Amino acid sequence: MYVAVKGGERAIENAHAWLAEERRGDPSVPELSLAQIREQMALAVNRVMAEGSLYDPDLAALAIKQARGDLIEAIFLIRAYRTTLPRFGASLPVETANMRCDRRISATFKDAPGGQVLGPTFDYTHRLLDFKLAAEGEVPAAAKAAAPQSGPVPHITDFLNRDGLIQAEDRHDDTPPDLTREPLEFPANRALRLQSLTRGDEGFVLGMAYSTQRGYARNHAFVGELRIGRVPVEMEIPELGFSIEIGEVELTECETVNQFAGSKTEPAQFTRGYGLVFGQTERKAISMALVDRALRWRELGEDNLGAPAQDEEFVLSHADNIQATGFLEHIKLPHYVDFQSELELVRRLRAEAEAAQQEAAE
Amino acid sequence: MDRKEWMGLLARAPADALDRLWRKLDLSPRYSWLRPPEVGGVMVRGRMGGTGAAFNLGEMTVTRCALALDGGAVGHGYVQGRDKRQAEQAAMVDALMQGDLAAHVRAALLEPLAAQVQAARDMRAAKAAATKVEFFTLVRGDD
Repeated sequence: MYVAVKGGERAIENAHAWLAEERRGDPSVPELSLAQIREQMALAVNRVMAEGSLYDPDLAALAIKQARGDLIEAIFLIRAYRTTLPRFGASLPVETANMRCDRRISATFKDAPGGQVLGPTFDYTHRLLDFKLAAEGEVPAAAKAAAPQSGPVPHITDFLNRDGLIQAEDRHDDTPPDLTREPLEFPANRALRLQSLTRGDEGFVLGMAYSTQRGYARNHAFVGELRIGRVPVEMEIPELGFSIEIGEVELTECETVNQFAGSKTEPAQFTRGYGLVFGQTERKAISMALVDRALRWRELGEDNLGAPAQDEEFVLSHADNIQATGFLEHIKLPHYVDFQSELELVRRLRAEAEAAQQEAAE
Repeated sequence: MDRKEWMGLLARAPADALDRLWRKLDLSPRYSWLRPPEVGGVMVRGRMGGTGAAFNLGEMTVTRCALALDGGAVGHGYVQGRDKRQAEQAAMVDALMQGDLAAHVRAALLEPLAAQVQAARDMRAAKAAATKVEFFTLVRGDD
């Protein structure tokens, strides 16, 4: 139990002033601007937007600067800011089939219609430190094709879907539950699970996904498609009486194609796992898809193998790094009253034991 | 370009690009606020499997406002992000597009803005196209 304490105002004030100084670092080194963070630390910005659950690259850059690069602290700042915003409404579901893809690959079909587009990827780099980056210099311009990547490209799973080889998704626009409005309750439906996973901690979701690959509820995932790009966000505007685009967001989408031997009621067909995350965040999106698939065991009539990744209460209750941080870090705050009573208890027990021993010896 | 399209363009366009074109237009119509600019959040939804039922993905920041020109035309601004001036300029353009200056605003602001946005998109698409690959599966040298 945390009990309020008084005092220490001056020490706290001084600690915060020192924090500000340390955040700035050596003043002879130029200060970072928010635009520099936004443009040059873009993947950190993306992670903060995804887990902060708020798409705004400038705010994420500010949070990263304020948090001295501690991304969980930055996510905390974004979550706190988010709660101050009035909610104007919800968008229409974004149509990722209309994404203008920077990247789009399939591990299952080499001749994917629409082509395989690598985009700005770390894949196939040698992961050797590039000391040229330590020196300032011009970057060679990226190559441009004469004909731009044209128009929307169809989802790969559409092709499997046409032949009934993959389980179909039930399309509807019913209002999904929102865990930022109603506390999470179990069992959670898939909409809640996906919302929880997309804002969940990247490391945690990655670890859960990895556990399924290592055999804890293995689900034989292939990356059917991974795409990164921008999609327009459209919303109904009541005062206009029609919907307009209110902006566009960069998203990473991963669709896994998983083995499914069939059940008593279903013929053998492929099943799906789904990941959709703000920004260029492909490790997270792939992880999300694997965990989504593992959590679907019940609706697919699979056995519960008792694996952690199949346990939605375990996964969803521990995926949120802000809840986890809050509870974990509060134990460093003053617990003097609690501790005092524990201390007294231990002293009393020891005294009683000693007395008993003495009695026995006499 | 209909109203739905220009409102979408004004929402997505970079604020500084809109600001430059607005200043060049050099109009300062008198107006009153129906709703002064306010920053808020919109919950962005996705679809399970890209095609299925909706779920909540996360919020985005949006700034909105509404104003009435002295002539009576009402303009709405909905723009991505937290830039109140961009929302104001978007609402002003929306209102002007309903009056006598529509053709001028369209030619001097909306069309060049649309061209800038399109050019930026084409640039990315050309870079993406340059990274298109053909993977070959190698035939193993069995006898």
